[in-house]
Amino acid sequence: MSRKKLGSGTYELKTPAVILSSAAMVGRKEKQGPLGEFFDHWQNDEYCGEDSFEKAESFLQKEAMKYALEKAKISEKDLDFVFAGDLLNQCIGSNYSLRDSGVQFFGLYGACSTMVEGLILSSMAIDGGFADRCAAVTSSHFCSSERQYRFPLEYGGFRPQSAQWTVTGAGCAVVSSAGNGVKIKRVCPGAIIDMNITDMANMGAAMAPAAALTLKRFFDDTATCPDDYDLILSGDLGKIGSALLVELLKTDHIILKDNYKDCGCLIFDPARQDVHSGGSGCGCVASVLCGYVLPQMRAKAWKKVLVMGTGALMSPTSMMQGESIPGIAHLVELSLQ
Amino acid sequence: MRSEDYQQLVWRKTPKKPLWKGCLGAFLIGGLICALGEVFQEIYLYLGLDETAASTMESVTLVLFSILLTGIGVYDKLSRVAGAGTLVPITGFANAMSSPVMEFRVEGMVLGIGPKIFSVAGSVIAYGVAASTFYGLIYYILYQIGVVG
Repeated sequence: MSRKKLGSGTYELKTPAVILSSAAMVGRKEKQGPLGEFFDHWQNDEYCGEDSFEKAESFLQKEAMKYALEKAKISEKDLDFVFAGDLLNQCIGSNYSLRDSGVQFFGLYGACSTMVEGLILSSMAIDGGFADRCAAVTSSHFCSSERQYRFPLEYGGFRPQSAQWTVTGAGCAVVSSAGNGVKIKRVCPGAIIDMNITDMANMGAAMAPAAALTLKRFFDDTATCPDDYDLILSGDLGKIGSALLVELLKTDHIILKDNYKDCGCLIFDPARQDVHSGGSGCGCVASVLCGYVLPQMRAKAWKKVLVMGTGALMSPTSMMQGESIPGIAHLVELSLQ
Repeated sequence: MRSEDYQQLVWRKTPKKPLWKGCLGAFLIGGLICALGEVFQEIYLYLGLDETAASTMESVTLVLFSILLTGIGVYDKLSRVAGAGTLVPITGFANAMSSPVMEFRVEGMVLGIGPKIFSVAGSVIAYGVAASTFYGLIYYILYQIGVVG
């Protein structure tokens, strides 16, 4: 019998994991967005000085981890595990960014929910006594995603209004068993939900039911409500997905108000940046969380925050075979106390 | 919520395609490309080419400009406004062939450019050839039985 399980699937950590430091590395479009000033570093060149977009993505991830470790004043040797993932086939963004690190590595694929999945597993490893320090790191790159999932970059396709723009960026959070900082108190891993959405240009709609399920489960298990939190953040539901989440929760009598935001809606300015429904990708929640939310929490702007990574678990092959898009949402509760 | 009810909700919350704006963009830019083609044809006729050679040269010139615009990253931006206006003319075909070449050059000539050049336009070529073969066959039969001359 689990001693840490609350209700149907939320887990309370006996030793809250402390996020020692975090860093975000983004591309030009993200830098020009509303949160531009908060990111640690940015790259003007979409190739980041490399010769392929995949290498550029690994570079972003490597840099994000370097800055996060620098801020925590530790080196790679001080890490027990790193939990990393990205959107590229076989997670090569992470595999190649970490190949020289020598750190024991868990490669994750949770699509755009991977950052929160990494945080959950880091905090569980720490609470379980398996590790003292872990890093969770993820990345995405607009160009490497486009070529894998859609059309060549220069192909003149028409983007529907529901389409989202993959964020070029990476985020890394260093999680520790001791120290000062934002704590991970409770976690709620997601379950896969498929509501038969087949439109790859409407991934917010595919992920919203999973987000609703996770949030409802968390509120039920912890006997809390949205008003108990300063900020409730979803990963990359975008404009359409977050509107759907609000509607779905309404049917369960959970009312999300102004304290609910979506990273995909925060990172770009839709009026100015031609991103339609908003940002998406592993790098979306990673860069917003690591560059903006965690530092703001440390500056005491918010005390209790729920962060939910949302992922659409399809592949180009499953889409071509006419499959629908399964969604998932992982949640962590962050707290300053 | 049942899957069918959710599909309804998604349909209500998803903004519809801006049909009239799309049509206008396609009409203006697509029309402009075709008008440009006419201009080139007139120029080639003026230079002394016969009608067949002039229209071939016109297509070649449009393809050249399409590839140039793809190469400097303009064609895809134009397409966001034009939609079918840049897709349907021969320039769209040139864009569909040249954009994968740019994209997959990092995988090399043999494993990248060679197979991927047809990744977008492959269907058009395959079914275009199949359709014209079928058309030719029907025409041949009708010719043999004396329906067409």
